[in-house]
Amino acid sequence: MNRFDYVRPSSVSEAVAAGAEPGSAFLAAGTNLLDLMKGGIARPTRLVDVGRIPGLDAIETLPDGGVRIGALVRNADLAYHQEFARRFPMVAEALLSGASAQLRNAATTGGNLLQRTRCPYFYDTASACNKREPGAGCDALAGENRQHAVLGWSEACIATNPSDFAVPLAALDAVVEIEGRGGRREVPLTDFHRLPGDTPQIETVLAPGELIVAVRLSADAAAFAGHARYLKVRERTSYAFAVVSAAAALRIADGRIEAARLALGGVALKPWRAREAEAALAGASPGFESFQEAAALALAEARPSGDNAYKIELARRVIARALTLAAAGTPERLPALPGSPFASGGSLHD
Amino acid sequence: MPLSITLTINGEPRRIDLDDPRVTLLDLLRERLDLTGTKKGCDRGQCGACTILVDGRRINSCLALAISHDGAEILTIEGLARGDALHPVQQAFIAHDALQCGYCTPGQIMSAVGLIGEGQAGDDPERVREGMSGNLCRCGAYAGITEAVIEAQRALTSDAEKAA
Repeated sequence: MNRFDYVRPSSVSEAVAAGAEPGSAFLAAGTNLLDLMKGGIARPTRLVDVGRIPGLDAIETLPDGGVRIGALVRNADLAYHQEFARRFPMVAEALLSGASAQLRNAATTGGNLLQRTRCPYFYDTASACNKREPGAGCDALAGENRQHAVLGWSEACIATNPSDFAVPLAALDAVVEIEGRGGRREVPLTDFHRLPGDTPQIETVLAPGELIVAVRLSADAAAFAGHARYLKVRERTSYAFAVVSAAAALRIADGRIEAARLALGGVALKPWRAREAEAALAGASPGFESFQEAAALALAEARPSGDNAYKIELARRVIARALTLAAAGTPERLPALPGSPFASGGSLHD
Repeated sequence: MPLSITLTINGEPRRIDLDDPRVTLLDLLRERLDLTGTKKGCDRGQCGACTILVDGRRINSCLALAISHDGAEILTIEGLARGDALHPVQQAFIAHDALQCGYCTPGQIMSAVGLIGEGQAGDDPERVREGMSGNLCRCGAYAGITEAVIEAQRALTSDAEKAA
């Protein structure tokens, strides 16, 4: 790990001033940043520790029925917050499908959204990576790329966004509250992460010094609570990143889908909202046929970036399965294996 | 900022001068305070060998800067027993042969103490396995570990009921 200076501002305004200095990086829990620094992938010369700024760690119900999640709320505290999990069950399920209990106890709301890709070529400083070193090239293009993106990728970068949490947030039209030297602004989560294009080193819309202070979900998002699931296919049942995941939520009345929300994880450098699929589901009868049609629409633009054509078919099936699970109704208690395609019930390894 | 912090470690308040902000809680415990029960496995948050409780919550001490945790209460494997009386999780690990080489064991035990404290898994083996998935055991003692956690959970629940 490189040497760095350490400062601990006591307010958001102090933090954004300190964070705008060249070479600075914000530190919250550090579960991703310290890992990156140990590997020499991130080399900030100054850490601005925002972990103790007062007022950023609350889960508040808003007057309009929405919820405001402070940027320092820990992933585990949000997932286990009973009222939150009841109203936004697929967000809780996604959080609990990610990382390990130890990491969820530390990792924060804001930090989760800012975690970096786990592309092995990004992590290996001996490999060429345009994200790590603009203009260096991309060794993933001709490398081991079966886990890489099938949507929204460019020749410059085929990495994926690793967050589970961001997927249901994208589906439910979450809003990111950002504070910078110019004041506060808000960005829909679906616009927060950038696709790679020619500048994969620019990952979000944050300007230097800008800090996430909260994430909001509206009362409208809570209206999907009865039929909402997160489904995550990974290479082992727990403690692994998604190969493909889907957040699927339905509002069903009189046997018809009134409205649908759908987003995919593991397929692109941002959580992938599938609006055309949602539009096709609205007014349809919930069932295999409409779910398959939605799945086909969601992947219509997909193309392999390497040895990963399988992901396109897998994503279609994950969508159809997630919609089927959502239509069956949100379980009263979170499954023993959150996000897993394996039904719980104790039979898997007993 | 002076790099001086105060930690309560296994019940004992300690004032600690850090010469470098890069020191993690793991390296502080092992290299500077001679508390080597907490193990360094991967040092990257993937194996769980370095699990400790910070303010009652289990975390990976390899991914936590000491300087960020000024004022925290730390519990490590060395602080778990009461004199010669082992903690119920330690007893259960012995009773169920929940280890082989033992390197991951302090992290497994601290993680299990954290899991039981969180109260989310109960005695459901599937939830216990899921809740312990952040602790790798390359000897593969998982079956015994799951049994030990469930037994310790039952013992601690029954103790709590007796106390109530």
